[in-house]
Amino acid sequence: MSQRGKINLIIFQTLIFSLLFALFGRLFYLQVLDSDRYQDAAISIQSRDIVTPAVRGAITDINGSPMVVDLPGLVLFADRSTLDRQADKGVSILSRVATLFRLEYSDIYQRTRLCGELPRENRAGCWNGTRYQPIPLIGNASQELALKVIENSDLYPGILIQSVPIRSYPSLAGENAAHVLGYVGAVTDEDSLNPEKNYYRSEIVGKSGLEDKYNDYLRGTPGVRTFLVNRKEIVTKESKNIQAIAGNNLITNIDSKLQAAVENALESAIFRARSSGYRGDSGAAVVMEIKTGRVLAMASYPTYDPEIWQRGLTVKQAKDLFSEAKGVPALSRPIQGLFAPASTFKSVSVLAAAKAGYSLTARYDCPATVEIGTRTFKNFGSEAAGRIPLDIGMAISCDSLWYQIAYDEWVRDGGLKPKSNANDHFFNAAKAFNIDKITGIDLPSELKGRLPDRQWKQNWYDQNKNFFCNYKERAKKEDLTPYLIEIARENCLDGNKVRAGDAVNFSIGQGDTLVTPLRLAEIYAAIANNGLYYKPQVARAIVDVDGKVIKEFKPEVAGKVEAEESTWDFLRRSLRMVVTQGTAAGVFAGFPVEVSGKTGTAQVFGRNPNGSAKDDTSWFAAYGPTKDPQYVVVMMVSQGGFGASTSGVAARDVFAALFGVSGNRVDPERVIFPNGVPKTIAKVDLTKAAKESSNKQGKIRVGSVVVE
Amino acid sequence: MSQSIKYRANRRLNSGKFDNILNFAVIGLLAIGTLLVYAGTREWFRSYGLDPEYYLKRHSINIVIGVLLAYGTTLIDYRLLRAYTPIIWLAAVIGLVLVLIPGIGSEINGARAWIALPGGFQIQPAELAKIAIIVGIAMILADRDQTDQDPSDLDVLKALAISAVPILLIIAQPDLGTVLIISAAVVAMIGASGARAIWVVGLLLLAALGVFTAVQTGAVNEYQVARLQSFVDPNADPQSTGYQLRQSRITIGSGGLFGKGLFEGPQTNGRFVPEQQTDFIFTVAGEELGFVGCSLILFLYFLIFLRGFAICKRSSDLFGRLVCIGVIAWFGFQTFENIGMAMGLMPMTGVPLPFLSYGGSSMFANLIGIGLLQNVYARSR
Repeated sequence: MSQRGKINLIIFQTLIFSLLFALFGRLFYLQVLDSDRYQDAAISIQSRDIVTPAVRGAITDINGSPMVVDLPGLVLFADRSTLDRQADKGVSILSRVATLFRLEYSDIYQRTRLCGELPRENRAGCWNGTRYQPIPLIGNASQELALKVIENSDLYPGILIQSVPIRSYPSLAGENAAHVLGYVGAVTDEDSLNPEKNYYRSEIVGKSGLEDKYNDYLRGTPGVRTFLVNRKEIVTKESKNIQAIAGNNLITNIDSKLQAAVENALESAIFRARSSGYRGDSGAAVVMEIKTGRVLAMASYPTYDPEIWQRGLTVKQAKDLFSEAKGVPALSRPIQGLFAPASTFKSVSVLAAAKAGYSLTARYDCPATVEIGTRTFKNFGSEAAGRIPLDIGMAISCDSLWYQIAYDEWVRDGGLKPKSNANDHFFNAAKAFNIDKITGIDLPSELKGRLPDRQWKQNWYDQNKNFFCNYKERAKKEDLTPYLIEIARENCLDGNKVRAGDAVNFSIGQGDTLVTPLRLAEIYAAIANNGLYYKPQVARAIVDVDGKVIKEFKPEVAGKVEAEESTWDFLRRSLRMVVTQGTAAGVFAGFPVEVSGKTGTAQVFGRNPNGSAKDDTSWFAAYGPTKDPQYVVVMMVSQGGFGASTSGVAARDVFAALFGVSGNRVDPERVIFPNGVPKTIAKVDLTKAAKESSNKQGKIRVGSVVVE
Repeated sequence: MSQSIKYRANRRLNSGKFDNILNFAVIGLLAIGTLLVYAGTREWFRSYGLDPEYYLKRHSINIVIGVLLAYGTTLIDYRLLRAYTPIIWLAAVIGLVLVLIPGIGSEINGARAWIALPGGFQIQPAELAKIAIIVGIAMILADRDQTDQDPSDLDVLKALAISAVPILLIIAQPDLGTVLIISAAVVAMIGASGARAIWVVGLLLLAALGVFTAVQTGAVNEYQVARLQSFVDPNADPQSTGYQLRQSRITIGSGGLFGKGLFEGPQTNGRFVPEQQTDFIFTVAGEELGFVGCSLILFLYFLIFLRGFAICKRSSDLFGRLVCIGVIAWFGFQTFENIGMAMGLMPMTGVPLPFLSYGGSSMFANLIGIGLLQNVYARSR
């Protein structure tokens, strides 16, 4: 062989071994360095999980009586991939279903659409899951109609009927409690991408209210059977079979009888307001145990039937839930409604005045009007009451005496040039009640109130000064009235300052001050309990299916408002006088149990969608019995008119239910908590709910596939 | 004359003179391959209620036939093989022509590469052509009056001419993978023959140009472009070639250090990688035998190449050396092409893995190739 041939041979030899070495290197990378990634990928390719949802735990009232329970129901599912394979994309099948079940075709169609397939503004009632899950079309179908589908299954390809556990609301005491209980729904894309949640695609999970907050307990552990499949999706092996574990039950502090009574009282308050010519668009009511923070009842108006989520929302229902014209029934007003507390807030001002050194036994002027700067502040009803003791001022709810005190304090704090060490007695009194924080109730999406103190003013100004300083250019044409232009000019000038008007308004719970009904209940619970108040809690305990207590929710102190003993005594005496000789005396005349409270009638600025000025917010915050306060009751009707006549009456109805009052006497048989709020955790009894349901449904086996 | 007698006496075949390391490596690969073919097909056939040992049996038969062919190859002095070379070459070319005739050649995966025989057997003339070309080129380049003389340009042209005919016929099938392997062997042999360097450089440039124009002018079928594209971006088409490449990589990677154990690979048993008993046999090894098993396989190939080069250097004549170079180049590039494809280093071309893949024609050709190496070994000094 020539020299050249030998060199070429060496080159060739090197090349062949290099190629082999390259293979080895790549092999090392794939199988050693990066193997974990490929193993994960392989598992997701090979395995298929079949998830059997666990029976979801029940939610009961304080006596263990179910308010929500999983009961077997027939559900019609649609299989999108089968529907899509039809020549008409399943239109005829869906319209047959709609006709059979006497439903709107458009609703049925909408339910089978993935939300992502629809334009953003037309997503009400769409399917939140994926194309590959069975899509629930009709929940709780009647057996008779379901059988028709089964018998003519050739007419309904892609329609499956299954008996599955569905959320049922036995409403044994006639309660609704939709906002407290919340609702459940399918796992969304967002949920399934959240690694913390670890949901299976086919699961039903809590979406709001207690169902959401305590989902981890209620949900149980879904049963999972993992199959290995081959490329043709043929099952080759079962690799895992984990049985479903039923979810735990949640016992709440809600008493379903009281809840029903509170809902009725709230609804009649709304109707009373409307019949008096007020708009009465919405309302809220809260009943809490003062010495524990237990929420015994909580109602929001307007409400909705929680069953609609199970039957399948129609497009109209989905839209109505969030419709302004319908009063946004989805909103839980006790924790999400923000309103000016008005005169109910004077109780806080009493504490401020006491701190500031004002004598609680002295007399104060209650004139018809007070001039502050260039503005005239009117007493409520523009009536003068002369020079009166402060407790009388509380009882008749005199505003003007507070104007004077608040103005004097404002001046003392430096007025428009505030001192660096301003006392801010009024702001600090409110702050002690944490009105600018959430109460921490165990319900999701609670809103916090607003405390318009100096810092808030500054922040507000920073955000809005550009608008007010360029008001003429930026405001809408109809807002260019001389009055509003003047306001804007003032706001531009010193909108970052707490002005005299702000201080005066704050003392009577007006202006920019906002609270939720639940926060006001906390304030009155504190007043009734010498300043000590507890975190509001709906949940009482989590118990497993055998009744074993998994977790008990013990009362938690939320805060302590400091004031002299004499101040608390004075304040409570004043609040009793409201009921005996003040603004609520008429409402409570002849009521056999001593209770205390305060009316509030808040002016609301702004207009309704139809252009009319908004009516006043009607409040009544109360506690009872006066001597040994047990319960706090807050009633609020938005655009409900006067505090006493609308909300005061409703609060009296709630006390009547609590104490078993009928007419002018107490009927011991009807007292809701004859021995006080139960100290022990109740036994869960679901039999009544099942009986209720079996009357409706007949017998159905849970979990069995009826048709496929 | 006396020289000739001595020649014969010295070079008589002696079966004890086979290269035992080479035999060991080949037998090792054949054994592993048999297990892998079985592992790659048993669950698949069982799931259809068919005989799970179907492929195992056929593969074993192929090996037996192949070994007999290899032994037969060693019986004739390789220098006498020259006499048969034109016949082998002609047979290969006829086969390659027949395969292109519809009705005789059957088309699989877009390539018309097989001739169906009675009894469900198929032969692939391109495999035979590999041997014909290697022996043919060796014959032309080594056929010289003086042994220390380098081949002339005319010899090189002749060598190119006899390889061009079968290559063009294989391009027509089209089976680009085989074309690339044969071309690589041709270039390696011309280089090692001592021909002028300009030939090697020129041929490499020509090959690059050829691939480029083939893709540009559409001479390459759509499915081949798709295969090349899916190499560049494996996610481009999840259902076809990109899917196969990704599945293949996942399957190998999921084997990890020690593998899932023979017959225990879920990817293999689920048949997520298509063609896993033939072109993608290495994925079975990757998943079930892991890095350790695959390294052993690579080591066995390393032994084959190592002994191949050693035999090449032992050989007393250029013809023997060139045959060895051709066979090593063939095995080397085909191994790299196949395993590289399975691991995402090379585009998908669809060539079997020597000694491991199921497939009669390639098994026969591979073992004949080993027979050639042993032939040269046995008749060297």
